[in-house]
Amino acid sequence: MEIGRLRASRVIQSLKSEGVTHVIALPDSETRHMYDALVSEPSIEMIPISREGEAICIAAGLWIAGKKPIVMLQNAGLFESGDALRGMGIGVNQPLVMFIGYRGYTRRGDTPDTAAQILEPYLHLWRVGYYVVESEDDLDRVPMAFERAQQESLPVGILIGTEYSPG
Amino acid sequence: MIKYEESLPLINDLRGEAVVVYTMTQGGVWSRISNRPDLDVGISNGMSKASSLGLGVALGRPDRQVIILDGDGSLLMNLGSLVTVAGMGPKNFRHFVFDNGMYAVTGGQPVPNMNRTDFRGLALASGYAAAYEFSDVETLATELPRIMAEAGPVLVNLKTAPQPASHGVDQTWESNARMPRQMRTVMAALESEPSGDST
Repeated sequence: MEIGRLRASRVIQSLKSEGVTHVIALPDSETRHMYDALVSEPSIEMIPISREGEAICIAAGLWIAGKKPIVMLQNAGLFESGDALRGMGIGVNQPLVMFIGYRGYTRRGDTPDTAAQILEPYLHLWRVGYYVVESEDDLDRVPMAFERAQQESLPVGILIGTEYSPG
Repeated sequence: MIKYEESLPLINDLRGEAVVVYTMTQGGVWSRISNRPDLDVGISNGMSKASSLGLGVALGRPDRQVIILDGDGSLLMNLGSLVTVAGMGPKNFRHFVFDNGMYAVTGGQPVPNMNRTDFRGLALASGYAAAYEFSDVETLATELPRIMAEAGPVLVNLKTAPQPASHGVDQTWESNARMPRQMRTVMAALESEPSGDST
């Protein structure tokens, strides 16, 4: 997937601007450079997980403890997290920003990738708001997502429609 | 075999100001005896995720002890969390597993590989700092003060006498609203006693 340039460092800068303390993540094929950059970022603690369903629950614990976590998952991993999104995200009104890798996204219409086909209908089903980020031009949507998560006290998605770039 | 009514009061006596995350049958007993309900969260709406929620609290507040009252069936549904917890290595994380070999709240159906899974061994192999197993309350009572003081993550598997439920889980407005309310109560309690950590 190659759509727009989205340097990991620019995204991390936006996370720092929002006061993010922890990133709970499971790497996927398109987040390699982001993962490497996060591991090297001293102001944000990285929490690697074994399975995506843990992520929203760990985030809930950090939220209770007064921290500001985000989760970073691929769309397929979000589906695996369905019950956690229901019970520990929406069900407890957790204001959580979820960076979701939009695997299969082409920006050209239909796609044979079922993870991409289902992602937006799935979020609509849960009434989870979301913003699509395809390049650095879209990074103004990151603060919008954080503000919305706080205002609605609910999870909000940022769908990453490109591969993170190094640098 | 240890009864819930024997083991849980021992833990309650030693909890201090620990945040306690509980689930399933042990949660029903715990909620009747807890001396700090303002620091308790019952996982009524997050199947199997007590250890994950507790890990978040433990990492966010390393100055606080965090106690997980897990079930064997619950842990089996989130077994990878042992590795995730071990990877982060929270010293303030105490993970009790009430190993009764069954899904008690649904009527007593056996868990997979009933009574043959070595949860202590799984925790040690995953990288927990220490793990124990007890099947009599006298030994548990003797060892627990030391275990509660040692550096975690620690898992304590309790061979527990089964108490299968005779009826299903009550589903009321109040029962479904309990978990988010408890979370906010714990949040307020922790906020009123900040750690001084600026992370």
